[in-house]
Formats: sequence, C-alpha cells, structure tokens
Amino acid sequence: MPRIFCSIVHNAGVPDDSAFELAAAARKIDPASSPTAILTGWGANLDAACNALGAFYPETWKIANQALAYPNAELVRQALLRVLPGNSIVLVAHEHFGIDLAPGLSIKLNSAFVSDVLDVVGVEGASLNLVRQEFGGQVSAHVLCDITAGAVVTIRPGAFKAGQPAQADRLVVDKSNETGTLTARRRYLETVAPEAGDVDITKHNILVSIGRGIQEKDNVVIAQELADALGAAVSCSRPVVDAKWMEKSRQVGSSGKTVKPKVYLACGISGAFQHLAGIKGSPFLIAINKNPKAPIFQVADVGIVDDILEFLPALTEKVRELQHVA
Amino acid sequence: MEILVCAKRVPDTSENEIQLVATGNDIERDELVYSINEADNYAVEEALQIVARVGGNVTVATVGGEEDEEILRREMAMGANRGALITDDAFNGSDGRGIATILKAFVQQGHYDLILTGVQAEDGGAQIGGMLAALLDYPFASLVNSIEVLDGGKLKVSREIEGGNKEMNEIDLPCVLSIQTGINEPRYVGMRGIRQVASVPIPTFAASDLGIGVNTIGEAAAKVKRLNYFIPASGRGAEILRGTREQNIDQVLQLVAAKGGLR
Repeated sequence: MPRIFCSIVHNAGVPDDSAFELAAAARKIDPASSPTAILTGWGANLDAACNALGAFYPETWKIANQALAYPNAELVRQALLRVLPGNSIVLVAHEHFGIDLAPGLSIKLNSAFVSDVLDVVGVEGASLNLVRQEFGGQVSAHVLCDITAGAVVTIRPGAFKAGQPAQADRLVVDKSNETGTLTARRRYLETVAPEAGDVDITKHNILVSIGRGIQEKDNVVIAQELADALGAAVSCSRPVVDAKWMEKSRQVGSSGKTVKPKVYLACGISGAFQHLAGIKGSPFLIAINKNPKAPIFQVADVGIVDDILEFLPALTEKVRELQHVA
Repeated sequence: MEILVCAKRVPDTSENEIQLVATGNDIERDELVYSINEADNYAVEEALQIVARVGGNVTVATVGGEEDEEILRREMAMGANRGALITDDAFNGSDGRGIATILKAFVQQGHYDLILTGVQAEDGGAQIGGMLAALLDYPFASLVNSIEVLDGGKLKVSREIEGGNKEMNEIDLPCVLSIQTGINEPRYVGMRGIRQVASVPIPTFAASDLGIGVNTIGEAAAKVKRLNYFIPASGRGAEILRGTREQNIDQVLQLVAAKGGLR
C-alpha cells in the first residue's frame, strides 16, 4: 500500500476542519495506514497548526518558508514536489485552495487524479474504488483509480466524519531545507472582503431562500412578499446571484454567507453541496421544488413537489389571511 | 490578445431529471436537453469582453463528436471568431489527463496568450484547466471572477474564495484560468445569430493532425475509469407532503409557526 499524505489547509494557527476529515478518508482507504499530514506556511502560525494536528496524525511534515506565508498553490506545488516520495497518495480538501493545487500536482507527479470524492469503497488490486457525484448531485458514480503511480484525490468537505483522536505520540518532521528556492509566475496581492448588503441574512430566524426555480428577476418579488408576510428575509443560492437577480450578500453557501436560521424554506433550490455548506445549526428545512429528484429532498425535513411560482403566492395569501383574522 | 476557450457540451441538469439506464453504466441520454456547460459560456463571454477592450481573437474548441459542433456554432453566434472540433475515435474513454493532453497538443498548434475554461463541468471535476496548465507549464488560477489586463504581459485576476472574499493575484501571460459562473452577464444568442453562422465551416482536428501519440490518450491510457452510475441512497430523506396545495400550505404554516415562530 502506498504511503498516504494529507495536504492540510490552516489559518491563523488553526487547522481547517477538513484536516480531520482527510485523516478519516485516509483510514477508510487503508485502515492500517497512519496518514502523514503535510503543512506549508511560515512562522508561529505554522508551528501552532502543526502542533494542533498531533492527535490525528502520528507524523506531520512541516515546510516553513517565508514565500509560503500565504498559500499560493503554485509555490505549494513546487514545495510538495520536492519532498513527496514517488507513488504517494495525496489527499487534498476540495475547496478553493485544493481546486487550485490538486489537478496540476497530479500532472507533475504523473499520478492519477480524482476530484470531489464523497466516499471510499476501498482498495481493489492496484486500484482505488471511489464515489463521486455528477449532474448536480442527481446521480453518483463509482470510479476506479489506478494507484500504481500514486494518486491525487480531492475530498468533499463534510463528506467524511472526523474520527476520534487516537495518537498519543506525535512527530513533527521539519522538511523546510528540502524545498530550495520557490518562484511563482502568479503573485498574491491581497484579499478583498465582500461589500455589506442591505439586509443581513445571518440575523434572521426564518429565511425564504430562492434558487434557479424563481426563473426570472421579476419573480423575486414573489419571495419578498412571502418574507414580508412571515417577518423573514429573502436569501438565495448561487444561480440567482450569477444571473444578477439578487446581490451577492444574499447568497447562502461556501462562497457566500453561512446562516443559522430556525426555519429554512428552500424554494426552487436544487441543493448543491456548496449551497448546503452555508446552512448551519440544523434549521427545520422545508423544500419546495418541481423536480422530485432534486437532491434538496434528501436533506430536507419536509418536501413539497410543486411549482414555487404558484405555491409561494398562495402561501403568502394564506399568511395574510390569518394575520387579518388575528 | 489571442484567447482560446475550452468548452464542453453537457446535459443541462437544471432542465433534466437524470435517470439511469437499466445496466447502470450510463445515464438515459435520449430525452436530455444538452447545452454548453454554463461556466464555459461565461468564459466565452469574458474572452469576448477582453478582446473588445484590448483587441485580438477568440477561438472556442471542444473535444467530442459531431453532435458537439452545435455549441461551437452557438459561441460563434455570440461573437467568437473561430471554432475548432477536436475529434477522433481514439479519444474515447480518455480521463481528465487524456483530455488535457489532447488540448495541450491543440494549444501548441497555435499561439495563444490566454486560455480559459469553465471552473467545472456538470459531469466533470474541476480538473482540465489545472491539468492543461501543468502540461504546458503555464501559470494557473482557478475560480476566477474578474480579469483586468495589465501592461507588460500580465493580468490582475480575482479568485472567489470562502465567504464571498476575493483573492487578488497578478499572473504572467501566457496562462490558464478557470472561470467561475457569475463573472459577467453572457449575451443572449437568438436564432437569427445562430443562422448567420450556420454555414461557416468548422475545422476538425484528429489525433494525427495534432501529433498525439495514441498511447497517451483514450481508454488504454486512462488511469481513472468510471465503473457505473447509481442513485445515491437518499439519506434520511424528506417527509414529502402529498396533500392538495391548500393542505400543504396549511401544514407548512403550522410547521413554520412551531419551528420558527410567526409574528
């Protein structure tokens, strides 16, 4: 069995949650494996992140270099290529850094590449049997990946449950001297925070959240009227922002806001994992969607197969009626 | 600036309920509505806007079969100068690396300053752009949601990172960028536009035209193979309300009141 490395993302001295999920994925690939964490960075933050990993990883490789203070994927790739043994399996979280790093890393390692993996069936001969999703999560697929020359695999955040910390002894191996000079043709400049919107969707107990099913900008008012009647706010999924029907500040998801309402009405939202990643605190999730196969129905508490353009106005009417009576 | 956009024709999942064929080794494709992959369409629009600002040409290329020509025509109707259909039976069964290898050979036949892909295909894995860049040894940035052309053979690009933050980078040309949806507002393409390019010949390129060794592509070279499709176990699954619309509305209101509180 090839050695398994987990490339760890960390921020301000704290490893990302995915660090522990990658360890769980590694153990599902090979229950006997002791995966090695590999971290790049600089200064006290890097040391703190390495030390925070110990319980999950018996061995951690540290690559300290001032050029790696910000995780520029081109520089991180160079560093990894200089320290990784041949034929390794490298696990990376499937988020913005992993998407930047992993495909090119697999080419330079001359190894197989599988992205956005949700589950591991196991090792079958010289291959790894993995589960991923296609077509907006409507279908899953088993994928066989030849690991003879190693593999780079990106793991969907949240797909693997972090296990119990087991390892008492831990070892941080300093690999900093092995990387040599790092140079990039892409240079990080700065991070720009998003503009604040007119409504703070993170502060509401009830969200009326709309997706592609709202169909056009003029229909957004249908959701707004329901939200007004319920004392709620309107939020949305990515396609609504892409189409410029609502401001970015209304978007729920990994590239938008993280919300913790009590009730989440998902209206015409298919339920992509990037969207679900922005819904925290286990709200009561009611999904309304024309498509009975929409993945949102797998995670919702209650589902209604209906056209939101007819259902929402009727719901609004009923709310107003009751308030009038009261 | 000479810009190449790599595009793909995919089933439109927002318009389709995906079903599996009985054997599970493919999805039922007969009734599906196909279109250009959404992110690829944003990439073409971005290329057209860059060329409108600084001059140059936009080429749109796809690896596929005859049926994929329709997306090239659609993008030419949007304003792309040239389409290229890269097609050969030897390409069948290629994995991501195989497709990137084919595209690399196509890129090396031309002189492109900038290569764009969509960030991810409906049935893909956000992989081709990064692989192509590594094969060409060009710099790469993924999830790009704005591009500014700078003097001196450089771009300023922003990447969409977590929480709506933008990561600003400077990147040297030539480079490969994967384009995130929402970067622009793709222009509308009417039937009239498509008719106007209906008779424009679209050149095709086979493995031999591009000097691609057949042992580097196709099923034999693929390290990654799909075994089958299956419908995911539906987890806990929602309780589906099966009443009339009026009954469902009453139930939703009771639930909202109980779980969230109404005013």
